[in-house]
Amino acid sequence: MAQKLGHLKESPSQTAGPYVHIGLAPKAAGFDIFEHELGWDIAGASAAGERIRIEGLVIDGTGSPVKDVLLEAWQANAAGVYPGAGEVEDGFRGWGRVITDFETGLWGFETVKPGSVMGRDGRMMAPHINLWIVARGINVGLNTRLYFSDDPDANAADPVINLIEWENRRATLIAERQESEPLYRFDIRLQGENETVFFDV
Amino acid sequence: MLKPAEFYQRDRNWHPHAFAPDYKTSVTRSPQRALISLEQGPSEITGPTFGHNDVDPIDRDLLSNYAAKGQSPIGERMILHGRVLDENARALPDTLVEIWQANAGGRYRHRKDTYLAPIDPNFGGCGRTLTDENGYYSFRTVKPGAYPWRNTVNDWRPAHIHFSIFGHSFCQRLITQCYFEGDPLIVRCPIVNAIPDAKAIDQLTAALDLNATIPLDTIAYKFDIVLRGRRSTLFENRLEGN
Repeated sequence: MAQKLGHLKESPSQTAGPYVHIGLAPKAAGFDIFEHELGWDIAGASAAGERIRIEGLVIDGTGSPVKDVLLEAWQANAAGVYPGAGEVEDGFRGWGRVITDFETGLWGFETVKPGSVMGRDGRMMAPHINLWIVARGINVGLNTRLYFSDDPDANAADPVINLIEWENRRATLIAERQESEPLYRFDIRLQGENETVFFDV
Repeated sequence: MLKPAEFYQRDRNWHPHAFAPDYKTSVTRSPQRALISLEQGPSEITGPTFGHNDVDPIDRDLLSNYAAKGQSPIGERMILHGRVLDENARALPDTLVEIWQANAGGRYRHRKDTYLAPIDPNFGGCGRTLTDENGYYSFRTVKPGAYPWRNTVNDWRPAHIHFSIFGHSFCQRLITQCYFEGDPLIVRCPIVNAIPDAKAIDQLTAALDLNATIPLDTIAYKFDIVLRGRRSTLFENRLEGN
Protein backbone atom coordinates (compact mmCIF):
# COMPACT_ATOMS: atom_id res chain seq x y z
CA MET A 1 0.00 0.00 0.00
CA ALA A 2 1.18 3.46 -0.85
CA GLN A 3 1.24 6.32 1.63
CA LYS A 4 -2.00 8.06 2.39
CA LEU A 5 -2.47 11.41 0.66
CA GLY A 6 -4.21 12.83 3.70
CA HIS A 7 -6.91 14.71 1.84
CA LEU A 8 -10.32 14.68 3.44
CA LYS A 9 -13.24 13.46 1.37
CA GLU A 10 -16.05 15.83 0.51
CA SER A 11 -19.23 15.20 2.50
CA PRO A 12 -21.47 13.21 0.19
CA SER A 13 -24.56 14.95 -1.13
CA GLN A 14 -28.10 13.85 -0.31
CA THR A 15 -31.40 14.93 -1.80
CA ALA A 16 -32.95 18.17 -0.54
CA GLY A 17 -36.22 16.23 -0.19
CA PRO A 18 -39.78 17.46 -0.59
CA TYR A 19 -39.68 19.79 2.42
CA VAL A 20 -36.65 21.85 1.40
CA HIS A 21 -38.84 24.95 1.74
CA ILE A 22 -38.91 24.61 5.53
CA GLY A 23 -35.24 25.42 5.72
CA LEU A 24 -34.64 27.58 2.69
CA ALA A 25 -38.04 29.25 2.02
CA PRO A 26 -40.15 28.80 5.19
CA LYS A 27 -42.91 31.20 4.10
CA ALA A 28 -43.68 28.82 1.24
CA ALA A 29 -43.80 25.92 3.69
CA GLY A 30 -46.51 27.86 5.47
CA PHE A 31 -44.93 29.64 8.42
CA ASP A 32 -43.19 32.85 9.43
CA ILE A 33 -39.99 32.44 11.36
CA PHE A 34 -37.15 34.57 10.00
CA GLU A 35 -37.04 38.36 10.03
CA HIS A 36 -35.99 38.19 6.38
CA GLU A 37 -35.63 35.27 4.04
CA LEU A 38 -32.53 35.10 1.91
CA GLY A 39 -32.24 35.15 -1.83
CA TRP A 40 -35.34 36.99 -3.06
CA ASP A 41 -33.49 40.06 -4.35
CA ILE A 42 -30.65 39.23 -6.73
CA ALA A 43 -29.70 42.59 -8.20
CA GLY A 44 -30.85 45.17 -5.62
CA ALA A 45 -32.32 48.60 -6.34
CA SER A 46 -29.21 50.39 -7.61
CA ALA A 47 -27.93 47.89 -10.16
CA ALA A 48 -27.24 49.18 -13.66
CA GLY A 49 -28.51 47.33 -16.71
CA GLU A 50 -31.73 46.04 -18.19
CA ARG A 51 -34.31 44.72 -15.71
CA ILE A 52 -35.51 41.32 -16.85
CA ARG A 53 -37.69 38.48 -15.65
CA ILE A 54 -36.99 34.80 -16.23
CA GLU A 55 -39.61 32.08 -15.95
CA GLY A 56 -39.79 28.40 -16.62
CA LEU A 57 -40.69 24.89 -15.63
CA VAL A 58 -38.56 21.99 -14.53
CA ILE A 59 -39.86 18.91 -16.34
CA ASP A 60 -39.19 15.28 -15.39
CA GLY A 61 -38.67 12.22 -17.59
CA THR A 62 -42.42 11.67 -18.00
CA GLY A 63 -43.00 15.22 -19.25
CA SER A 64 -44.57 16.34 -15.96
CA PRO A 65 -43.63 19.60 -14.26
CA VAL A 66 -41.68 19.10 -11.05
CA LYS A 67 -43.47 21.07 -8.37
CA ASP A 68 -41.07 20.88 -5.45
CA VAL A 69 -37.87 22.29 -6.95
CA LEU A 70 -35.59 24.88 -5.45
CA LEU A 71 -33.32 26.79 -7.83
CA GLU A 72 -30.42 29.04 -7.01
CA ALA A 73 -28.96 31.60 -9.41
CA TRP A 74 -25.47 33.12 -9.46
CA GLN A 75 -24.59 35.86 -11.92
CA ALA A 76 -22.36 38.83 -12.68
CA ASN A 77 -23.68 42.39 -12.87
CA ALA A 78 -24.31 44.26 -16.12
CA ALA A 79 -20.59 45.11 -16.32
CA GLY A 80 -19.69 41.42 -16.11
CA VAL A 81 -18.31 41.57 -12.55
CA TYR A 82 -19.09 38.95 -9.90
CA PRO A 83 -19.49 40.15 -6.31
CA GLY A 84 -16.26 39.32 -4.50
CA ALA A 85 -14.22 39.54 -7.71
CA GLY A 86 -14.46 43.33 -8.11
CA GLU A 87 -16.62 46.36 -7.40
CA VAL A 88 -20.37 45.95 -7.85
CA GLU A 89 -23.30 48.24 -7.09
CA ASP A 90 -24.54 48.57 -3.50
CA GLY A 91 -27.10 45.85 -2.90
CA PHE A 92 -26.06 43.77 -5.91
CA ARG A 93 -25.81 40.27 -4.48
CA GLY A 94 -25.68 38.24 -7.67
CA TRP A 95 -27.29 35.33 -5.87
CA GLY A 96 -30.89 34.34 -5.47
CA ARG A 97 -33.14 31.39 -4.82
CA VAL A 98 -36.64 30.60 -5.97
CA ILE A 99 -39.05 27.72 -5.63
CA THR A 100 -41.65 26.38 -8.00
CA ASP A 101 -45.35 27.01 -7.52
CA PHE A 102 -46.87 23.97 -5.77
CA GLU A 103 -49.83 23.89 -8.20
CA THR A 104 -48.28 24.76 -11.57
CA GLY A 105 -44.56 24.13 -11.17
CA LEU A 106 -43.74 27.57 -12.60
CA TRP A 107 -40.73 29.40 -11.16
CA GLY A 108 -39.48 32.88 -11.94
CA PHE A 109 -37.17 35.61 -10.77
CA GLU A 110 -36.36 39.22 -11.52
CA THR A 111 -32.85 40.48 -11.99
CA VAL A 112 -30.69 42.52 -14.36
CA LYS A 113 -29.23 41.00 -17.47
CA PRO A 114 -25.60 40.09 -16.74
CA GLY A 115 -22.75 41.34 -18.89
CA SER A 116 -20.11 39.24 -20.59
CA VAL A 117 -17.44 37.80 -18.29
CA MET A 118 -13.84 37.01 -19.18
CA GLY A 119 -13.40 33.26 -18.96
CA ARG A 120 -10.35 31.00 -18.88
CA ASP A 121 -7.40 31.80 -21.09
CA GLY A 122 -8.77 35.28 -21.79
CA ARG A 123 -11.76 34.03 -23.79
CA MET A 124 -14.92 36.12 -23.38
CA MET A 125 -18.03 34.25 -22.23
CA ALA A 126 -21.49 35.25 -23.43
CA PRO A 127 -23.86 36.68 -20.79
CA HIS A 128 -25.14 33.82 -18.67
CA ILE A 129 -26.66 32.96 -15.29
CA ASN A 130 -25.41 29.91 -13.40
CA LEU A 131 -28.22 27.76 -12.02
CA TRP A 132 -28.19 25.06 -9.36
CA ILE A 133 -31.23 22.81 -9.06
CA VAL A 134 -32.20 20.64 -6.09
CA ALA A 135 -35.38 18.68 -5.38
CA ARG A 136 -36.79 15.46 -4.09
CA GLY A 137 -35.39 12.70 -6.30
CA ILE A 138 -32.25 14.67 -7.21
CA ASN A 139 -29.36 13.17 -5.24
CA VAL A 140 -26.71 15.74 -6.17
CA GLY A 141 -27.62 19.30 -7.13
CA LEU A 142 -27.59 19.85 -10.91
CA ASN A 143 -25.55 22.67 -12.42
CA THR A 144 -26.54 24.33 -15.65
CA ARG A 145 -26.27 27.71 -17.36
CA LEU A 146 -28.88 30.00 -18.81
CA TYR A 147 -27.85 32.01 -21.89
CA PHE A 148 -30.00 34.57 -23.74
CA SER A 149 -31.58 34.20 -27.19
CA ASP A 150 -30.87 37.85 -28.08
CA ASP A 151 -27.09 37.32 -27.90
CA PRO A 152 -26.65 34.97 -30.89
CA ASP A 153 -23.15 36.14 -31.84
CA ALA A 154 -21.78 36.02 -28.30
CA ASN A 155 -23.40 32.62 -27.75
CA ALA A 156 -21.85 31.28 -30.95
CA ALA A 157 -18.40 32.27 -29.65
CA ASP A 158 -18.94 31.19 -26.03
CA PRO A 159 -16.19 28.78 -24.91
CA VAL A 160 -18.51 26.77 -22.64
CA ILE A 161 -21.31 26.36 -25.19
CA ASN A 162 -18.65 25.26 -27.68
CA LEU A 163 -17.49 22.53 -25.30
CA ILE A 164 -20.74 20.71 -26.03
CA GLU A 165 -19.84 18.59 -29.02
CA TRP A 166 -23.47 17.75 -29.85
CA GLU A 167 -24.53 21.00 -31.46
CA ASN A 168 -28.24 20.28 -31.16
CA ARG A 169 -27.91 20.07 -27.37
CA ARG A 170 -26.61 23.63 -27.12
CA ALA A 171 -30.06 25.12 -27.67
CA THR A 172 -31.21 23.63 -24.36
CA LEU A 173 -29.20 26.36 -22.60
CA ILE A 174 -30.73 29.34 -24.44
CA ALA A 175 -33.58 31.20 -22.76
CA GLU A 176 -36.09 32.52 -25.30
CA ARG A 177 -36.85 36.24 -25.13
CA GLN A 178 -40.57 36.91 -25.44
CA GLU A 179 -41.76 39.47 -27.97
CA SER A 180 -41.63 43.09 -26.76
CA GLU A 181 -41.24 42.16 -23.09
CA PRO A 182 -38.11 41.85 -20.94
CA LEU A 183 -39.16 38.27 -20.17
CA TYR A 184 -37.23 35.12 -20.97
CA ARG A 185 -38.56 31.59 -20.90
CA PHE A 186 -36.23 28.81 -19.73
CA ASP A 187 -37.57 25.28 -19.29
CA ILE A 188 -35.28 22.67 -17.79
CA ARG A 189 -35.76 19.05 -18.90
CA LEU A 190 -34.22 16.69 -16.40
CA GLN A 191 -34.39 13.57 -18.53
CA GLY A 192 -35.16 12.28 -22.00
CA GLU A 193 -35.86 14.15 -25.21
CA ASN A 194 -34.19 17.58 -25.32
CA GLU A 195 -32.62 16.89 -21.95
CA THR A 196 -31.00 20.07 -20.63
CA VAL A 197 -27.21 20.07 -20.58
CA PHE A 198 -25.91 19.71 -17.02
CA PHE A 199 -22.31 20.37 -16.10
CA ASP A 200 -19.82 18.67 -13.86
CA VAL A 201 -18.19 21.82 -12.56
CA MET B 1 -10.22 39.57 -4.31
CA LEU B 2 -10.36 35.80 -4.65
CA LYS B 3 -7.27 34.04 -5.77
CA PRO B 4 -8.17 32.52 -9.15
CA ALA B 5 -7.53 28.94 -8.12
CA GLU B 6 -9.88 26.13 -9.02
CA PHE B 7 -11.26 23.34 -6.87
CA TYR B 8 -10.57 19.63 -6.80
CA GLN B 9 -12.86 17.65 -9.07
CA ARG B 10 -15.85 16.02 -7.42
CA ASP B 11 -15.57 12.26 -6.86
CA ARG B 12 -18.92 11.28 -8.29
CA ASN B 13 -18.52 7.68 -7.17
CA TRP B 14 -18.32 8.91 -3.60
CA HIS B 15 -21.48 10.96 -3.96
CA PRO B 16 -24.76 9.16 -4.68
CA HIS B 17 -25.43 8.47 -8.34
CA ALA B 18 -28.26 10.42 -9.95
CA PHE B 19 -30.12 7.23 -10.90
CA ALA B 20 -30.72 5.20 -7.73
CA PRO B 21 -33.84 3.18 -8.54
CA ASP B 22 -34.55 1.99 -4.98
CA TYR B 23 -35.15 5.68 -4.27
CA LYS B 24 -38.07 5.74 -6.66
CA THR B 25 -38.37 9.46 -7.31
CA SER B 26 -34.84 9.47 -8.72
CA VAL B 27 -35.96 7.27 -11.63
CA THR B 28 -37.63 10.10 -13.57
CA ARG B 29 -35.57 12.95 -12.14
CA SER B 30 -32.08 11.74 -13.09
CA PRO B 31 -30.40 12.92 -16.31
CA GLN B 32 -29.64 10.14 -18.80
CA ARG B 33 -26.99 12.03 -20.73
CA ALA B 34 -23.50 12.33 -19.29
CA LEU B 35 -22.64 15.54 -17.48
CA ILE B 36 -20.47 17.89 -19.53
CA SER B 37 -17.19 18.42 -17.68
CA LEU B 38 -16.33 22.07 -17.30
CA GLU B 39 -12.94 23.47 -16.43
CA GLN B 40 -13.69 26.04 -13.78
CA GLY B 41 -13.65 29.73 -14.54
CA PRO B 42 -14.82 32.88 -12.76
CA SER B 43 -18.46 31.72 -12.81
CA GLU B 44 -17.63 28.64 -10.75
CA ILE B 45 -14.92 29.84 -8.36
CA THR B 46 -16.84 32.88 -7.13
CA GLY B 47 -19.89 32.66 -4.91
CA PRO B 48 -22.23 34.62 -2.66
CA THR B 49 -21.16 35.87 0.74
CA PHE B 50 -23.30 36.36 3.83
CA GLY B 51 -22.88 38.54 6.87
CA HIS B 52 -24.30 39.11 10.28
CA ASN B 53 -27.03 41.31 8.76
CA ASP B 54 -28.42 38.18 7.12
CA VAL B 55 -28.90 36.08 10.24
CA ASP B 56 -30.09 36.77 13.78
CA PRO B 57 -28.38 35.07 16.72
CA ILE B 58 -31.66 33.36 17.63
CA ASP B 59 -31.84 31.72 14.19
CA ARG B 60 -29.54 28.93 15.37
CA ASP B 61 -31.60 28.07 18.43
CA LEU B 62 -34.48 25.85 17.34
CA LEU B 63 -35.45 25.36 20.98
CA SER B 64 -36.58 28.97 21.11
CA ASN B 65 -36.84 30.42 17.59
CA TYR B 66 -40.46 29.33 17.17
CA ALA B 67 -41.50 28.72 20.77
CA ALA B 68 -44.05 30.82 22.60
CA LYS B 69 -42.65 32.88 25.45
CA GLY B 70 -41.68 30.57 28.31
CA GLN B 71 -42.44 27.45 26.25
CA SER B 72 -40.17 24.85 24.73
CA PRO B 73 -40.61 22.10 22.14
CA ILE B 74 -41.16 18.51 23.27
CA GLY B 75 -38.30 16.13 22.58
CA GLU B 76 -34.70 15.20 23.23
CA ARG B 77 -32.87 18.50 23.75
CA MET B 78 -29.75 18.42 21.62
CA ILE B 79 -26.71 20.47 20.67
CA LEU B 80 -25.61 19.77 17.11
CA HIS B 81 -22.21 21.21 16.41
CA GLY B 82 -19.10 20.77 14.31
CA ARG B 83 -16.75 22.41 11.85
CA VAL B 84 -16.94 23.17 8.16
CA LEU B 85 -13.62 22.23 6.55
CA ASP B 86 -12.37 21.79 3.02
CA GLU B 87 -10.61 18.74 1.61
CA ASN B 88 -7.28 20.32 2.59
CA ALA B 89 -8.56 20.30 6.21
CA ARG B 90 -8.67 24.09 6.25
CA ALA B 91 -11.50 25.68 8.20
CA LEU B 92 -14.12 27.65 6.26
CA PRO B 93 -14.98 30.75 8.28
CA ASP B 94 -18.04 32.96 7.74
CA THR B 95 -19.93 30.46 5.65
CA LEU B 96 -23.71 30.09 5.84
CA VAL B 97 -25.06 26.83 7.27
CA GLU B 98 -28.82 26.26 7.09
CA ILE B 99 -30.70 23.30 8.58
CA TRP B 100 -34.23 21.95 8.56
CA GLN B 101 -35.84 18.95 10.23
CA ALA B 102 -38.98 17.25 11.49
CA ASN B 103 -40.05 17.52 15.12
CA ALA B 104 -39.52 14.83 17.77
CA GLY B 105 -42.44 12.83 16.35
CA GLY B 106 -41.24 12.90 12.76
CA ARG B 107 -43.71 15.57 11.60
CA TYR B 108 -42.61 18.49 9.42
CA ARG B 109 -44.12 21.93 9.68
CA HIS B 110 -44.92 21.98 5.96
CA ARG B 111 -48.26 22.34 4.24
CA LYS B 112 -47.51 19.22 2.18
CA ASP B 113 -46.74 16.93 5.15
CA THR B 114 -49.87 15.01 6.16
CA TYR B 115 -48.32 12.44 8.52
CA LEU B 116 -50.67 11.80 11.45
CA ALA B 117 -48.06 12.57 14.13
CA PRO B 118 -48.92 16.04 15.46
CA ILE B 119 -47.26 19.40 14.86
CA ASP B 120 -45.45 20.74 17.91
CA PRO B 121 -46.80 24.26 18.50
CA ASN B 122 -43.42 25.37 19.84
CA PHE B 123 -41.24 23.97 17.09
CA GLY B 124 -40.63 25.45 13.62
CA GLY B 125 -37.85 23.20 12.43
CA CYS B 126 -35.41 25.49 10.67
CA GLY B 127 -32.27 27.30 11.64
CA ARG B 128 -29.24 29.02 10.16
CA THR B 129 -25.91 30.39 11.29
CA LEU B 130 -22.53 31.55 10.05
CA THR B 131 -19.40 29.60 10.93
CA ASP B 132 -16.94 31.47 13.15
CA GLU B 133 -13.31 32.28 12.32
CA ASN B 134 -12.37 28.62 12.98
CA GLY B 135 -15.12 27.20 10.79
CA TYR B 136 -17.15 26.20 13.83
CA TYR B 137 -20.96 26.18 14.01
CA SER B 138 -23.52 25.02 16.53
CA PHE B 139 -27.29 24.68 16.78
CA ARG B 140 -29.64 23.88 19.64
CA THR B 141 -32.63 21.77 18.69
CA VAL B 142 -34.58 18.61 19.51
CA LYS B 143 -33.58 15.29 18.02
CA PRO B 144 -35.96 14.58 15.12
CA GLY B 145 -38.06 11.44 14.94
CA ALA B 146 -38.10 8.86 12.16
CA TYR B 147 -40.97 9.18 9.71
CA PRO B 148 -42.64 7.03 7.07
CA TRP B 149 -42.62 7.97 3.40
CA ARG B 150 -44.25 6.67 0.26
CA ASN B 151 -41.44 4.80 -1.41
CA THR B 152 -42.06 1.14 -0.71
CA VAL B 153 -45.16 0.74 1.41
CA ASN B 154 -43.10 0.44 4.61
CA ASP B 155 -40.08 2.72 4.25
CA TRP B 156 -39.02 4.88 7.20
CA ARG B 157 -36.44 7.64 7.06
CA PRO B 158 -33.84 7.48 9.82
CA ALA B 159 -33.80 10.46 12.17
CA HIS B 160 -32.04 13.15 10.13
CA ILE B 161 -31.39 16.84 9.82
CA HIS B 162 -31.01 18.45 6.39
CA PHE B 163 -27.95 20.67 5.91
CA SER B 164 -27.34 23.33 3.27
CA ILE B 165 -23.80 24.74 3.14
CA PHE B 166 -22.39 27.41 0.84
CA GLY B 167 -18.61 27.45 1.19
CA HIS B 168 -16.84 30.29 -0.60
CA SER B 169 -17.70 29.50 -4.20
CA PHE B 170 -20.78 28.45 -6.13
CA CYS B 171 -19.15 25.13 -7.08
CA GLN B 172 -18.80 24.19 -3.39
CA ARG B 173 -22.56 24.43 -2.88
CA LEU B 174 -23.83 21.34 -1.06
CA ILE B 175 -27.02 19.98 0.42
CA THR B 176 -26.78 16.84 2.51
CA GLN B 177 -28.35 15.09 5.51
CA CYS B 178 -27.00 14.36 8.98
CA TYR B 179 -27.86 11.00 10.57
CA PHE B 180 -27.26 9.87 14.14
CA GLU B 181 -24.90 7.24 15.52
CA GLY B 182 -26.45 3.84 16.14
CA ASP B 183 -29.74 4.36 14.29
CA PRO B 184 -30.79 0.95 12.85
CA LEU B 185 -32.79 2.66 10.08
CA ILE B 186 -29.67 4.11 8.42
CA VAL B 187 -28.63 0.89 6.67
CA ARG B 188 -32.21 0.28 5.50
CA CYS B 189 -32.82 3.67 3.90
CA PRO B 190 -32.88 3.85 0.07
CA ILE B 191 -31.87 7.53 0.15
CA VAL B 192 -28.84 6.73 2.30
CA ASN B 193 -28.08 3.67 0.19
CA ALA B 194 -27.94 5.78 -2.97
CA ILE B 195 -24.41 6.48 -1.64
CA PRO B 196 -22.25 3.64 -3.00
CA ASP B 197 -19.51 3.59 -0.34
CA ALA B 198 -20.18 2.65 3.31
CA LYS B 199 -17.35 4.95 4.44
CA ALA B 200 -19.16 7.86 2.80
CA ILE B 201 -22.30 6.98 4.75
CA ASP B 202 -20.26 7.01 7.96
CA GLN B 203 -19.22 10.54 7.06
CA LEU B 204 -22.87 11.62 7.29
CA THR B 205 -23.41 10.01 10.69
CA ALA B 206 -23.06 12.38 13.64
CA ALA B 207 -21.30 11.00 16.69
CA LEU B 208 -22.65 11.24 20.22
CA ASP B 209 -20.38 13.83 21.85
CA LEU B 210 -20.63 13.61 25.63
CA ASN B 211 -17.87 16.19 26.00
CA ALA B 212 -20.10 18.82 24.46
CA THR B 213 -23.25 18.03 26.41
CA ILE B 214 -24.59 20.27 29.14
CA PRO B 215 -25.07 17.86 32.07
CA LEU B 216 -28.68 17.61 33.26
CA ASP B 217 -29.75 19.83 30.37
CA THR B 218 -28.85 19.02 26.73
CA ILE B 219 -27.22 16.07 24.95
CA ALA B 220 -24.80 16.70 22.08
CA TYR B 221 -23.81 15.28 18.70
CA LYS B 222 -20.86 16.32 16.56
CA PHE B 223 -21.17 16.62 12.79
CA ASP B 224 -18.25 17.91 10.72
CA ILE B 225 -18.79 18.89 7.10
CA VAL B 226 -16.19 18.78 4.34
CA LEU B 227 -16.50 20.90 1.20
CA ARG B 228 -14.35 20.75 -1.92
CA GLY B 229 -10.75 21.86 -1.52
CA ARG B 230 -8.96 24.45 -3.60
CA ARG B 231 -5.92 23.67 -5.72
CA SER B 232 -2.83 25.68 -4.94
CA THR B 233 -2.17 26.53 -8.59
CA LEU B 234 -3.71 29.33 -10.61
CA PHE B 235 -5.97 28.21 -13.40
CA GLU B 236 -4.49 30.68 -15.89
CA ASN B 237 -1.64 28.39 -16.82
CA ARG B 238 -1.42 29.79 -20.33
CA LEU B 239 -1.42 33.47 -19.56
CA GLU B 240 -0.30 34.84 -22.91
CA GLY B 241 -1.00 33.92 -26.46
CA ASN B 242 -1.39 30.21 -25.72
